[in-house]
Amino acid sequence: MRIGKDLVAASAGPLVMAILAEGESYGYAILKRVSELSGGKLVWTDGMLYPLLHRLHRLGYLEAKWNAPQVGRRRRYYRITPAGRKALADQRTQWMVVDEALRGAWHQMRSALTSAPLPGGA
Amino acid sequence: MAPNAFSAYVRSAPRRSLNAVDESIEGQISQWREYVLRRGTLGAAEVDELEDHLRTQVADLGETGLSPDEALLVAVKRMGNLDDLTREFAREHSERLWKQLVLTGTPEPDDRSRRRDFWMMMGYAVAAAVAIKIPALFGREFADDDGFYIRNVGLLVLALLAAYFAHRRRLRGPGLVWLVVLFAMGAVFANLHPFESGGSTELLVGLHLPVFLWLLVGFSYLSADWRSGHRRMDFVRFTGEWFIYYVLIALGGGVLLMVLSATFAAIGIETVEVVESWLVPCGVAGASVVAAWLVEAKQSVIENMAPVLTRVFTPLFAAMFLASVVALIWTGNAIDVERDLLILLDVSLIVVLGLLLYSVSARERTAPPTLNDYLQLVLVVSALVLDVLALAAILSRISEFGFTPNRTAGLGMNLILAVNLGWSAWLSLGFLRRRRPLAALEKWQTDYIPVYALWGAVVTVAFPPLFGYA
Repeated sequence: MRIGKDLVAASAGPLVMAILAEGESYGYAILKRVSELSGGKLVWTDGMLYPLLHRLHRLGYLEAKWNAPQVGRRRRYYRITPAGRKALADQRTQWMVVDEALRGAWHQMRSALTSAPLPGGA
Repeated sequence: MAPNAFSAYVRSAPRRSLNAVDESIEGQISQWREYVLRRGTLGAAEVDELEDHLRTQVADLGETGLSPDEALLVAVKRMGNLDDLTREFAREHSERLWKQLVLTGTPEPDDRSRRRDFWMMMGYAVAAAVAIKIPALFGREFADDDGFYIRNVGLLVLALLAAYFAHRRRLRGPGLVWLVVLFAMGAVFANLHPFESGGSTELLVGLHLPVFLWLLVGFSYLSADWRSGHRRMDFVRFTGEWFIYYVLIALGGGVLLMVLSATFAAIGIETVEVVESWLVPCGVAGASVVAAWLVEAKQSVIENMAPVLTRVFTPLFAAMFLASVVALIWTGNAIDVERDLLILLDVSLIVVLGLLLYSVSARERTAPPTLNDYLQLVLVVSALVLDVLALAAILSRISEFGFTPNRTAGLGMNLILAVNLGWSAWLSLGFLRRRRPLAALEKWQTDYIPVYALWGAVVTVAFPPLFGYA
């Protein structure tokens, strides 16, 4: 199953912020977590995560810092900010409204299908 | 670029023996890195981040049993279409160009040194502006017509520019001594001779001394590496970018001065005096340092501009020169040795040389010849024909009326250009026939650079006494 582009784009921001609300992380690990959370069904083009991270950073929802270990390559870590948490909470309520509405609609659809089959559908 | 061009590119890389696998993937990763960087949208830090991702992915896939080569292919593929990716980055960072130019923006870790550089640049820019006004203390005004500034403006400005780079590059020891000595000699020769006011030799010194001094600036810019051809090419790039910045600043400054004069005129205050003797000279001097700093500090902004301009103007200039050559043959006229026309011709030949230098400097070394390379050959050959015709005209004029400073300077310069263009045409022909690498042309151009400095020095030192300071 492939999830539509628009849906991926809409959900990516809150998903990334929710993952970072668990603790600071870096690009590759965030992507792994996304795939874990969705049971491998939500697959992003890897590169696209980074413009998103930069946008959230610019909006002040994330903090970023380079971690340069003594040996090895430096890596950029992201952490959610208080403003990010607030935005996340806000988006969460929005998503819940959408979710609830959709659930209601699915439910109604199912009961409509079972009680009154479509004409000519016998 | 086709979606998976890079995958194809990586796939085409030769397979190495098994124990050299990690090394080969290092090479491929750095190729990928260069490939992404060359698109210009992403900064080095962003590419670092993507590279880290790529490496982690490769390591992860390696644990599932893929060979590093295969893992890299998968990782690159998963990174997604680079066109889409750079577009997304560009959209996210569309403000970047302007942010970079106005110096605000959030502080980053290395921002402190950047700010120190900024203040250092300001110091030198102010010093250049002051230097150009120092002669005023002795009664020489910028707007005066006595030739002092014709001979010295380049000296005053470029000395500060060279000092700025000597300071930045921490030039020490004999190099620094040479720089100071040569600048001092420039100052001596510009002012020692008893020039006839408004004479040709004075003007010639004013035109040729800065050429020599500019290459001294190059020496200061490259500090220890001035012998390396590659580094000299960097200075050529710097020159082109510096020129673009300077023109942009000059245009902005012109508009500013116009608005300023008009505003004060409306209030009823005359500003011509202030503009002519303060704002213009100080602006001219200070902008040279600012432009140099902008090239260095904002390297990724214009970096892509000069090659694009070269691309655009190579065919246009080729067409113009071709048309002139055809017109000359059609009418059967020789080039009329009007002084202005010859100067115009020389200027356009220098532009051709600049185009040639620039397209060589910006070109990928290993790529096969493209249409642009053929156009470049057309440009060089038609410029060479015009140059030879101009030479013939100057020579006939000299044999008829004898040597004058202007004719001799024109002769020398056209000879220098003809030699350069002739050999360049031969080398590019060799490149187009795949007999020679492009590097040969590059080497020829960078080796030739000292010739210009030498000629500038010869005109400055020898011409005034030779022609009786006329």
